[in-house]
Amino acid sequence: MFGRGGCERVVGGRYGALVSVARAERLVNLVLCLLSTRQYLSAERIRKIVPGYADAPSDDAFFRTFERDKTELRELGIPLEIGRNKVADPVDGYRIARRDYELGEIDLAPDEAAAVALAVRLWDSPELTGAAHGALLKLRAAGVDVDQAAPTMVESKVRTTEPAFGPLLAAVQAGQAVAFQYRRPSPAELRERVLEPWGVVSWRGRWYVVGHDRDRGAPRCFRLSRVVGEVRKVGRPGQVSRPEDVDLMKFVASSGGEPQPPAGVRLWVADGRGAGLRRWAEVVERREVDGVPGDVVDLELAFPDTAAGWIAGYGADVVVLEPDVLAKAVRERLLAAAGGGL
Amino acid sequence: MSGAQDRLPRLLALVPYLLARPGIRIDDAAADFGVSAKQLRKDLELLWMCGLPGYGPGDLIDISFDEDTVTITFDAGMNRPLRLTGAEATALLVALRALVDTPGVADADAIRRAVAKIEAAAGQARPAGVAVGLGVREGAGAAKAREVVQRALGAGRALRMTYYTASKDEMTERVVDPMRMLIVDGRGYLEAWCRRAEDVRLFRLDRIDEAVVLEEAAAAPPYAEPTDTSSGLFRAEPDQRTATLVLEPDARWVSEYYPVEDVQEVDGGRLRVSMRYADTSWMVRLLLGLGGEVRVEQPVELAQRLRRQAAEAVARMDRHLAAT
Repeated sequence: MFGRGGCERVVGGRYGALVSVARAERLVNLVLCLLSTRQYLSAERIRKIVPGYADAPSDDAFFRTFERDKTELRELGIPLEIGRNKVADPVDGYRIARRDYELGEIDLAPDEAAAVALAVRLWDSPELTGAAHGALLKLRAAGVDVDQAAPTMVESKVRTTEPAFGPLLAAVQAGQAVAFQYRRPSPAELRERVLEPWGVVSWRGRWYVVGHDRDRGAPRCFRLSRVVGEVRKVGRPGQVSRPEDVDLMKFVASSGGEPQPPAGVRLWVADGRGAGLRRWAEVVERREVDGVPGDVVDLELAFPDTAAGWIAGYGADVVVLEPDVLAKAVRERLLAAAGGGL
Repeated sequence: MSGAQDRLPRLLALVPYLLARPGIRIDDAAADFGVSAKQLRKDLELLWMCGLPGYGPGDLIDISFDEDTVTITFDAGMNRPLRLTGAEATALLVALRALVDTPGVADADAIRRAVAKIEAAAGQARPAGVAVGLGVREGAGAAKAREVVQRALGAGRALRMTYYTASKDEMTERVVDPMRMLIVDGRGYLEAWCRRAEDVRLFRLDRIDEAVVLEEAAAAPPYAEPTDTSSGLFRAEPDQRTATLVLEPDARWVSEYYPVEDVQEVDGGRLRVSMRYADTSWMVRLLLGLGGEVRVEQPVELAQRLRRQAAEAVARMDRHLAAT
């Protein structure tokens, strides 16, 4: 327990006697001071009022400290206003407008608070986990009760393990163009891209950056895992602005190509084999192929272009009966896997 | 959240937080801020030194304590938290929106209401530049499995299911004790104690073919630990083998899809990787499907088995064609 006079640390601390005031304490006092004033306070005035500045050994030391403190407040998102009380004032002063500082009123129902708890847990990312926790802290400070320990039936995580994520997110938020080496797998190509980034997008567990590709003169999206080496900033902050009508998520989700119409195929599957394939198949009849008993099955393929690889994986246990083009594609793959010549 | 950098935001949030909760237990407050009770007491001690210019009685923040609880009696004008930064609003709102479209995760209506309220309170801190779609592909089968799984989880019952094990390409009957559901990289999973494997297992919802909620209560043993998914679902196990593969450009996706190590660029856009695998038959299926897009450098037995099985398959196809 400590109270007025009940705490040893108070000696020389409380009620103004200044003994090397801690940095955090100075900053809290600075915020309280600037929040409470309607007048702009000059740096010199702040130096006299706010505990901690008076013991600066020189003007130079004071201004350096004050600059650093202002930067720290701005980085926290504290809206520092600069202005003069009268036109005749010789220097600018500072204050914090309460209405810009304060979080608006918010009151969440229990199910809404539960959704927030779940959302905070979604991130598994150095950049975003911290920011989500910062938001949670402020919601709690606004009186909202969020129980993070409450069990949820579904856990979901979005990870940001790609090294390019942090720099690209920073560039997006700063509105700054970037350059990076990008490796396109096929046809294989490694070359530099210059991008005005509009946003980073996670789609099905993969991160992409969407923006205006300066060389192509068109919007493009790039997979972060294919960015090689460092992401460099090439422009000034604030130069890039995202077009109003662009839907980042739709841009990425739709660039996987046109959905293909499902295609029907007919296969022979050896008895007791191809369990994964049989899950989706309908048995048409019994048949022996190459002296091995099995079933003829019909199958609807949702992704015909990847089917050749999937079916080839079953090797001799599956033979494509129809269509011919799929049978040839599977044979080609297996022939290559066999080493070309037989 | 105990570094010096996190201290100022915490100090600024602490006063309004305590103001909204007179007489809160210090332990509870510390837990909400993710710090020790000792650190929280230090923070309070510091705040107690702070206040308004004048810095005399009546100007300083006043805090009253008893053994375990704390109450703010004068806030020195700091009665609301700082507004959300753009980054904070983004992190929270993007996550909420991602959950709206994910089947079975949470009450979509509650999420939408939370989004609206937070947007209204956050005011000018507009989220921008980040979007997340969990993009869960849920076919009719997986949707049905999820409903049954959620019923079992909600009622705390065991589950009998027919499950497709891709690594062995076989269907198995299992009785499991459900623990939780997860979504990882756009896929839904059931985490459960598998009585057959006598271990915790992750089951992909889209590989559960039939599931029945049993009368029996779910009873995962107390030592059944949830899987740590923070570095993906693949875990290096001592009994796994390692193959050295050279991937042609068209097969580079393998390195993005499966856990590979020692990634090395080779000429012509090719990639040499080490890939772990638990089951040789699964590895052969993958390699057969890749055709000529991959070359197996190690182990030699895997390369031989791959060539042999590919040759057998081509031979069967050719005999079949000749016979028809």
